[in-house]
Amino acid sequence: MDTILGLDLPTWWFLLIGALISGYGILDGFDLGAGALHLFFRKEQSRRIALNAIGPVWDGNEVWLVIGAGALFAAFPLVYGTLLSVFYLPFILLLVAIIFRAISIEFRSKEEMTWWRTLWDVCYCLSSSTIALLFGLILGNLIQGIPLDKDYQFVGRLRDFFNPYALLISVTVLSLFMLHGAMYLAMKTEDRLYAKMTILINQTSKFFILCFITASMATLIYVPHMAAIFHKYPILFALPVSAVLIVLNMRRMIEKRRYLRGFISSAVTTALLLVLFASGLYPNLVLSNYDVRGNISIYEAASTDSSLRTMLLFAAIGMPLVLTYTVFVFWTFRGKVKLEDTSY
Amino acid sequence: MDHVEILSRIQFAFTIAFHYIYPPLSIGLGVCLVFMEGLYLKTKDKVYEELTRFWVRIFALIFGIGVATGIVMEFEFGTNWAVYSRYVGDIFGSALAAEGIFAFALESAFLGILIFGWNRVSPRVHFLSTVLVALGSMFSALWIVVANSWQQTPTGYRIEGEGLKARAVVTDFWEMVFNPSSIERYSHVLIGAFLAGSFLVLSVSAWYILKRKYVVHSQKAFTIALWVAAVSSLGQLFTGHKSAEVITKYQPAKLAAVEGHFETAPADMYLLGWVDAKKQTVTGLKIPGGLSFLVHQDFKKPISGLNSFKPENRPGAINFVFQTYHLMVAIGMMLIGLCWLAIFLLYRKKLFQNRWLMGVFVGSVLLPQIANQVGWYTAEVGRQPWVVYGLLRTSDALSQAVKAEHVLISLILFTLVYVILFVLFIYLLNKKIQHGPDISPEDPETPTSKLNYE
Ligand code: HDD
Ligand code: HEM
Ligand code: HEM
Repeated sequence: MDTILGLDLPTWWFLLIGALISGYGILDGFDLGAGALHLFFRKEQSRRIALNAIGPVWDGNEVWLVIGAGALFAAFPLVYGTLLSVFYLPFILLLVAIIFRAISIEFRSKEEMTWWRTLWDVCYCLSSSTIALLFGLILGNLIQGIPLDKDYQFVGRLRDFFNPYALLISVTVLSLFMLHGAMYLAMKTEDRLYAKMTILINQTSKFFILCFITASMATLIYVPHMAAIFHKYPILFALPVSAVLIVLNMRRMIEKRRYLRGFISSAVTTALLLVLFASGLYPNLVLSNYDVRGNISIYEAASTDSSLRTMLLFAAIGMPLVLTYTVFVFWTFRGKVKLEDTSY
Repeated sequence: MDHVEILSRIQFAFTIAFHYIYPPLSIGLGVCLVFMEGLYLKTKDKVYEELTRFWVRIFALIFGIGVATGIVMEFEFGTNWAVYSRYVGDIFGSALAAEGIFAFALESAFLGILIFGWNRVSPRVHFLSTVLVALGSMFSALWIVVANSWQQTPTGYRIEGEGLKARAVVTDFWEMVFNPSSIERYSHVLIGAFLAGSFLVLSVSAWYILKRKYVVHSQKAFTIALWVAAVSSLGQLFTGHKSAEVITKYQPAKLAAVEGHFETAPADMYLLGWVDAKKQTVTGLKIPGGLSFLVHQDFKKPISGLNSFKPENRPGAINFVFQTYHLMVAIGMMLIGLCWLAIFLLYRKKLFQNRWLMGVFVGSVLLPQIANQVGWYTAEVGRQPWVVYGLLRTSDALSQAVKAEHVLISLILFTLVYVILFVLFIYLLNKKIQHGPDISPEDPETPTSKLNYE
């Protein structure tokens, strides 16, 4: 098998897809969080500022999902087909929510009527929250493993996906995104709205820490293979502990108006949690809780080495470009939101 | 056909047909915007800037819906066609990933600057963003059409494994990308998009001219779009013809279906017709031996008919493919006539007074849309029963984990959502058009501006 810098190609793609998913979680995470918090803003002016804070960037952020899914399709087609068809209805709902989020942002500003704007505000908040919750639900089930037989055929039922553990993870993801979104908005707002954000950050961070600690305990108790990993590499405990410390520290930063640092902290937290999940998984991509032969490893699922190599070349050329545009756009729209004639 | 198959096919056809309303408009408008803003930078004429700003607002609306419905397409490969995803992942996946990394990231990032960046970046950087968004959208069409073309005419691959575990793997990347139909089909699709976008500009401008509103602006916009459309209409005939050559060579069963040709014999070319697939007859207006002539430059040379293919390898809906194909070609001819008539009148300086022709242009926005739709129906329905031509049957490509009820639920959901989406789209588009461009006070435009040519 070919290796690059000592790692084989499927492992490179495991890392790359992990990075893309973290990138998506960090970038679209704050859009979704801002959306979930939207109804906490009461005044029309505040809602407009909150929307325009993500206005120029959310579409670019969503592209990370498109790239991540494309990369999974290309590098591990077996997993792509299996996961999407097993989670058929959750993914369909996710797509519907993604459509509604997009059109709520787009359509809200197009009419002045109060009922019209309220309608899209509610739609925007609900769809953003639903996206976060569904990602959490899917993640929760993936951590536990899904029932696949030795031929990777699904032998479970739809309603089993709605188990308490998965629902807990689902709420935890929502709380993390809300915190992250609040941090982003704090960066983008001033005066009264900023004051409101500091209160929201306080509350969402409490909410997140509560969810996170419960979820961690539930994982240690109900998900034996994760517990086993911690047993084997106690150093991994550093990840959840640092996540909690970072979040606790965040409130101090926001009081000192160090919002950029606060925002980076919540971004790092998102990434840390995904690293934790990935380390429980490797070298598998999907775990079966029905038959160990149903575990899908990266080697089983990978495309051919020559394809992986070609695409690694694409990624090596493409990702720096993508990062450059992302930085350029964020730089162009840096600073506090000002409402202009082209704003939403 | 089992229920999962029929429902999945309806769902895929419906969602892709709906998605395909928007990309051609985005791509074509993108080109028109490049010309409008480019002329503004060159001439510093305010009118062009106001036109650009106006059309950027419409572009944003269209683009937004295109993105939202496009994500559905990407996921649907995995949700409904899991076996297919695994079969072609090595090949198709890389095209899709390349599309994401190179094209979608480019267009989406610079879209933000295009829409919101007017006061934040210099006019040149703004123009550069417009160009990049336009290029990005054309580039994204490239990869998706390459992937689709590989399905139509697979090359550069080898099959590994058997049964449910079988898959196609790339042996030669460039041979896969430049498979025998890629270039012909990409150019045909791209030019079809230029037609769709430019006809939207033509239609709206003609409407303003009829209403005697924004006349100065509208004449300028009309002229730009007319040139884009006129050149494209000829290009479409040429590239369509090239595509026909490709199917003659690589998909003979499709060619036979397209002309309703059953027995291997010299083949006619129909201008209009109706196929009775049971009786194996076609009634209509034809050029006897026309197809044989186009293919072999000989009216008498035989062409393989449908009956020479095994029944399980023939497309099912012969009349459907026949009709969609002939409608596309008929529209193509109409567009050529319409555009070049308008160019002729433009040079005789009689175009904008011709209220009748302006009226025709208002309605003509539907023509390229219809042609784009039926063109895909021809290509895709004509390809059946294969999803990957000659290699993988559509009925073998389905997800095993998905139940018919679930597909029914998703189909109903998508139908509802897309109906709402479409109604809102038309409503908002109409509203933006009624509102018109924002005009500065020192503008030459007055409510009663006369048609002027100098
Ligand atoms: C000829 C062009 C063409 C065709 C045949 C398709 N698309 Fe498309 N697609 C585009 C041209 C395009 C575009 C021009 O790039 C879009 C359309 C709306 C938009 O304005 O960007 C886009 C958007 C778009 C997006 C959202 C990208 C983003 O977030 O920016 C995805 C994921 C897809 N498409 C995927 C697909 C798939 C999986 C298709 C096939 C089944 C497909 N498209 C057919
Ligand atoms: C002028 C005469 C035209 C001819 C001879 C022609 C020919 C063709 C042929 C043979 C195909 C099938 C290709 C295949 O199956 O691989 C095709 C497909 C298609 N056509 Fe046309 N066409 C014409 C005009 C148009 C026009 C005016 C439009 C739209 C504005 C259009 C849009 C399409 C599209 C979107 C497809 C499907 C994509 C593809 O397979 O390339 N065509 N055309
Ligand atoms: C002004 C219009 C057209 C001109 C000047 C034209 C010209 C030609 C020429 C010169 C060839 C021979 C190419 C060769 O030797 O391979 C040809 C082939 C062909 N044309 Fe056209 N054509 C026109 C329109 C069309 C249209 C509208 C169709 C579709 C109905 C079409 C379908 C074909 C086909 C199927 C072939 C056979 C390709 C092959 O040799 O395999 N053409 N055409």
